[in-house]
Amino acid sequence: MPLQRKDLLGTAELTVEEIALILDTAETFRDVNKRLIKKVPTLRGKTVINLFFEASTRTRTSFEIAAKRLSADAVNISTSTSSVVKGETLVDTALNLEAMAPDAIVIRHSSSGAPHQIARIVTAAVINAGDGAHEHPTQALLDALTIRQHKGRIAGLKIAIIGDILHSRVARSNAHLLAKLGAHVVLAGPRTLLPNGFERQIGPAEGSVTFAENVSEALIDADVVMMLRIQLERQSGGFFPSLREYSIHFGLNRRRLELAKSDVVVLHPGPINRGVEIDSDVADGPFSLILDQVNNGVAVRMAVLYLLASGE
Amino acid sequence: MGSALLIRNGRVIDPSQAIERHCDLLIRDGLIAEIGESITAKGVEVIDAGGLIVAPGFIDLHAHLREPGFEYKETIESGSRAAAAGGFTAVCCMPNTLPVNDNSSVTRFIFERAASAGRARVYPIGAITQGSKGEQLAEIGEMKTAGIVAISDDGKAVADTNLMRRAMEYAGDFDLPVVDHCEDCCARGGVMHEGEYSAVLGLNGIPGAAEDLHVARDVMLAELTNTRVHIAHISTARAVSLVREAKRRGLGVTCEVTPHHFTLTDSEVLRNSYSTNTKMAPPLRSKTDLDGIIEGLRDGTIDAIATDHAPHHTNEKMLEFDRAPFGIVGLETAVSLALDRLVHGGVIGLARMIELLSCLPAQIFKLEGGTLRPGAVADVTIFDPERHIKVDASQFQSKSRNTPFDGWELKGTPVTTIVGGSVVWPIKEDLK
Repeated sequence: MPLQRKDLLGTAELTVEEIALILDTAETFRDVNKRLIKKVPTLRGKTVINLFFEASTRTRTSFEIAAKRLSADAVNISTSTSSVVKGETLVDTALNLEAMAPDAIVIRHSSSGAPHQIARIVTAAVINAGDGAHEHPTQALLDALTIRQHKGRIAGLKIAIIGDILHSRVARSNAHLLAKLGAHVVLAGPRTLLPNGFERQIGPAEGSVTFAENVSEALIDADVVMMLRIQLERQSGGFFPSLREYSIHFGLNRRRLELAKSDVVVLHPGPINRGVEIDSDVADGPFSLILDQVNNGVAVRMAVLYLLASGE
Repeated sequence: MGSALLIRNGRVIDPSQAIERHCDLLIRDGLIAEIGESITAKGVEVIDAGGLIVAPGFIDLHAHLREPGFEYKETIESGSRAAAAGGFTAVCCMPNTLPVNDNSSVTRFIFERAASAGRARVYPIGAITQGSKGEQLAEIGEMKTAGIVAISDDGKAVADTNLMRRAMEYAGDFDLPVVDHCEDCCARGGVMHEGEYSAVLGLNGIPGAAEDLHVARDVMLAELTNTRVHIAHISTARAVSLVREAKRRGLGVTCEVTPHHFTLTDSEVLRNSYSTNTKMAPPLRSKTDLDGIIEGLRDGTIDAIATDHAPHHTNEKMLEFDRAPFGIVGLETAVSLALDRLVHGGVIGLARMIELLSCLPAQIFKLEGGTLRPGAVADVTIFDPERHIKVDASQFQSKSRNTPFDGWELKGTPVTTIVGGSVVWPIKEDLK
């Protein structure tokens, strides 16, 4: 049964049933990824365009491998410059690609909403691979899969997401998705980097999304801790004085992690800044699931491509 | 004897004379000649206004006609035609053209173009500072001689408080109101109202405080200098209360609101999934702000409805939300929105709406019109408050189509626009 939707633009609009379908499908593709011959003919004859307006290694590679393991023809278009610089509007870029009849277009863009603008005018399935500070749905899906594998459930878990929430598409997608699945998501970080009012836009959900007063409050009795990458340019933007101070007051180290449950797991969407938002002994420690996340990323993206582009 | 026009059977509403009754209106030689029951005049052109409202011509205090420099977005001809089609007999155009209207030769160019366009009257607004750069005063006196009706660096706030003070004092010498686009520098980098919707959409926010701070400053400067300041496109509940307080204290502070700010909120950006036609400055605000604006329209704090008509080419609006230009067109939807939202929405009556669209704008900028008093210039707007229309942007007279109201069904529409005794909309060739 494919998804009853054309595009995957965010987790905000997914139902619990759709999420379950994607995660269960991803589990079956995990088996493919363990085989000697890691390829199935599911998307043979289908074309997937990876349109990346923003630098990315992990996500682009993950989508490319996912498409190829499904036997789709994958084309990568990477452009660090925006469509404006090329003298072409976003809409024209999309229409030109559409004219080549792809079955799915995977888009990463530094502007929030760019995939939505493209999805409106193309018939191909549009998959959001990260738009500005808005959403990164496949990241949240792979995070949920990783948590489910290690905790056996999502409902009822306390999940702390810590760092630059304001500019984080990962935090937004995870908050929507994990709350729908029944988790209690607690957001924390410097007040300059918290999007006020975000919690009021979480739709009906079994779980909840709240802001903690401080990092410690978020960490206490947490089942899962998700650390976010801090961008160096936030320092020059005046959001905090220095990376050094950020690390001391908002970073995750082993001592601070003791506030969480003893069986806590730690996630990070990568790439990590060792010694800034996360200490190496935590990132490399026994609680860390950072590489499991990457591994699950391929399976989740195979599931999403299969469910949206198989044309069944 | 010159031309004459008799408007019969309409309901004449003129708040400037407290008139509201069924009667006829006779226009002779471009001036209002007579208001009365069953006027008989021989050899005059007759307009039957049965079932319609006859009002003093509507005046838009705030539009961007883009010429000179951005003729691909709008020209003085297309803009004044859009104004006439939208029921406006006069439109005041902001100086952020290329070159900026910061000297009398640009002002005179605008008047020349407007004269040959021959639709709605066009009144240029001059820049406060040279190039609207916010550094040095423009030649305000020379522009006044050429005919400007106000000064503004619209599109940008005058950030330097000392310069703003001098501008207000100097403009006072020439009896010109200063129109300020109120956005403090904490709006920097923002593309929509800062609140729960910017939070969930991942867009940089412009807090309401950015406007409040600037309005508070301007109110204080109006008091200090004892001059007039007109707050452009007021958008927050707090700014409305600041103006209310200033008026209570008798200061020379007036303000205008746009139809989009009394109709839409920031939720529209989410509902329309990042449509760039929901991007304007100041941005669509919260429900609380909209309620504050409605209250200001009701209690008299707000003086005028102005469009902030800001045409942009479709290509420019095809960009990413954060890269697309700010602004939407408004001349051809303003009157329908005012009728539908404010009058049929039970906020204000027809007379108050006409005051907001005609009488008060004329007073604030000291323009002719705004009244149907015999002897006054015969600028008249005839509208049908009951007719249902569907907005169709493809049929706009404006060169641009950037509206969030395309496809909206509204109750009430302008019908006939008369400038100086001549019907400028609809024109005979358009009728057939």
